[in-house]
Amino acid sequence: MSLLKINGLKAGVEGKEILKGIDLTVNPGEVHAIMGPNGSGKSTLASVLAGREDFEVSGGSVEFLGQDLLEMSPEDRSRAGLFLAFQYPIEIPGVSTANFLKTAVNEHRKARGEEPLEPAAFLALMRERMKLVEMDPSFLQRSLNEGFSGGEKKRNEIFQMAMLEPKLAVLDETDSGLDIDALRIVANGVNAQRSADNGIVVITHYQRLLNYIVPDHVHVLWNGRIVRSGGKDLALELEAKGYDWIKAEAQVEA
Amino acid sequence: MALGSDGTRRHLRVFNIGLNWSYIATLNEHTRTMADSQQVLDSVVQSDYKYGFESDIEQELLEKGLSEDTVRFISAKKNEPEWMLEWRLKAYRQWLKMAEPQWPNVKYPKIDFQDIIYWAAPKKKEGPASLDEVDPELLATFAKLGIPLEEQKMLTGVAVDAVLDSVSVKTTFQEALKKEGVIFMPMSEAIQEHPDLVQKYIGSVVPTNDNFYAALNSAVFSDGSFVYIPKGVRCPMELSTYFRINARNTGQFERTLIIADEGSYVSYLEGCTAPQRDENQLHAAVVELIAHADAEIKYSTVQNWYPGDKDGHGGIYNFVTKRGICEGARSKISWTQVETGSAVTWKYPSCVLKGDDSIGEFYSVAVTNHHQQADTGTKMLHIGKNTRSRIVSKGISAGVSQNSYRGLVKINARAENARNYSQCDSLLIGDQCGAHTFPYLETSNPTATVEHEATTSKIGEDILFYCNQRGIDTEAAVALIVNGYARDVLNQLPMEFAVEAQKLLAISLEGSVG
Ligand SMILES: Nc1ncnc2c1ncn2[C@@H]1O[C@H](COP(=O)(O)OP(=O)(O)O)[C@@H](O)[C@H]1O
Ligand SMILES: [Mg+2]
Repeated sequence: MSLLKINGLKAGVEGKEILKGIDLTVNPGEVHAIMGPNGSGKSTLASVLAGREDFEVSGGSVEFLGQDLLEMSPEDRSRAGLFLAFQYPIEIPGVSTANFLKTAVNEHRKARGEEPLEPAAFLALMRERMKLVEMDPSFLQRSLNEGFSGGEKKRNEIFQMAMLEPKLAVLDETDSGLDIDALRIVANGVNAQRSADNGIVVITHYQRLLNYIVPDHVHVLWNGRIVRSGGKDLALELEAKGYDWIKAEAQVEA
Repeated sequence: MALGSDGTRRHLRVFNIGLNWSYIATLNEHTRTMADSQQVLDSVVQSDYKYGFESDIEQELLEKGLSEDTVRFISAKKNEPEWMLEWRLKAYRQWLKMAEPQWPNVKYPKIDFQDIIYWAAPKKKEGPASLDEVDPELLATFAKLGIPLEEQKMLTGVAVDAVLDSVSVKTTFQEALKKEGVIFMPMSEAIQEHPDLVQKYIGSVVPTNDNFYAALNSAVFSDGSFVYIPKGVRCPMELSTYFRINARNTGQFERTLIIADEGSYVSYLEGCTAPQRDENQLHAAVVELIAHADAEIKYSTVQNWYPGDKDGHGGIYNFVTKRGICEGARSKISWTQVETGSAVTWKYPSCVLKGDDSIGEFYSVAVTNHHQQADTGTKMLHIGKNTRSRIVSKGISAGVSQNSYRGLVKINARAENARNYSQCDSLLIGDQCGAHTFPYLETSNPTATVEHEATTSKIGEDILFYCNQRGIDTEAAVALIVNGYARDVLNQLPMEFAVEAQKLLAISLEGSVG
């Protein structure tokens, strides 16, 4: 069974269609990259998958582990194993990273009928997983993302992913704003979580990240449609030639 | 909290149900920790006012209306000495000439003071010999409040004595307090047993003519708590009172007086709930605290009077005067309040910092949801040298509610080197509610240091969606964020109250988003 099966997905906001028919299948063990120029609908796709209410789905279907994803609430999608690393992670003053994650992890456990983790076990787990993205344990006591640098916020997203162990993770421009060292750290954190059971969708504007997280499939999203799919070489081609030739091709086809 | 011989924390709780005193002192074992708070939040699923049950206890009610005769009746019922009656009558006559305050930022229909019952008490019975003889309805009431008497009985080896009228109860805990010389009893009893202390201090911090509601309270107050901690004594357990309005159409006017003599310490907690009713009910309490030299009083409130329904029908009008005086040098008074209930709240727990080097603190979380209105804050009056005050106010508004912080920091000419720090934060949930801040500052001494910080934030969709995406549903997310926001204040509460307060915050904000 595929992890994710998107069929003809159309979605928009306030009557404006942004996604104009997306087809995408992700199988266990696969890493897909979605590339495309700014404004093409990449974040919209991520938001629709995660269940953001601002967007209205006007057509198509999405199956997640055989379930109708679009029928599920955002929290149920998360508990079922869908994770979104946000392009712009928000700050929550007064709520420590540790407390936030404890709440999240225990909600996931509750959904599986498991008891909450013991505080000591939980702390040990957090400390271990933080190492994946070289985060200092002192971040645990700080308010979630408050005063974190751009890079720290992105690392925190990947740390959260490691804590929630999703079946499918969608990483929305997790590379943007990172210097080369931070990029490597984040990529290592993601790679450590690759397995034969789960899938990852990497949304990125630049090819750079894909040198570190090597995808099995690359798709180009433009103007609400996947206009081209290929192997990892497609990313290199885009890097060399830019997006214009794809746009031109897509316009001819349309 | 004091530790019992077995290492558990001891806690003396007194219940005051409406005007009828059900005076029950119990030993509670508090083994809950902050780690449990999450479970408490998790278990909170219903969005209705949880404490809105009504107890069908046989009541003795006076007819509606207020006159000198009413005052005389109440005083006579309580067998009060002449001076007490005269004091009440003086207050009543002052009240007649006073007008309701108009300056708070709240709106409510005019109160007809002749349409209120000023005396209600459960029908007097012979004192029960055991719990079996206690009105089962009353026991059920305690069970609903989460303090099952049966359990108390077990814990205490049937040390619990419950008496249903306003006469007293003697328990082993009161004996323990007595050994230390601590006096903790209903005000009506204190008037009988310690008239000298009561007469000396009552009205010394909040004079009878202080304000409209204080005058009304002075005239008709029904009961309340009286606490006296002798010199050098650290009260061996936390003292608490649970207030509950039960009878219909009645007003609740309790009066609390706490005196901490030199070098003593006491932590006092009050909680309150009321049945769910269509009509509005008036609660006008007065609390006076006196801290002598080197004494410390910590006063915590979790106020959860019925707030009215979602459309603004019913609910308690909570017009309360709370004031403490740091009479002696190096004394300290600390107010902590978690205000989640009442339709309209009007309340400014204050500190008069008279003694040199004395300290006043005010920590507050005030939640308003639906149609609730709160105008609350504090007054810090710096009179002595090197006096310090700290104000931390966290307002949370949701629904179409209005939440105002009103605070005065006044530094007298002789208050050399006075210092104040104020932090007033507002959190908005949704965009139809209002948050207002009215900080007043009057300094007559150039050596004063005054700092004021204020922030306004909002629980927006972005934050909620982020939480949802991590598997945290919206209600849980609001509870998480609000508890984080209020943490500085909740940390001031004794552990057990902190848990209760967290739970209340979650309950009061249910249904406020989505
Ligand atoms: N909430 C919104 N309201 C209106 N327009 C939006 C909203 N979100 C996205 N859009 C529009 O949809 C298009 C796609 O945006 P987005 O999905 O963020 O693109 P990308 O992530 O590929 O840069 C853009 O034209 C953007 O302006
Ligand atoms: Mg984007």
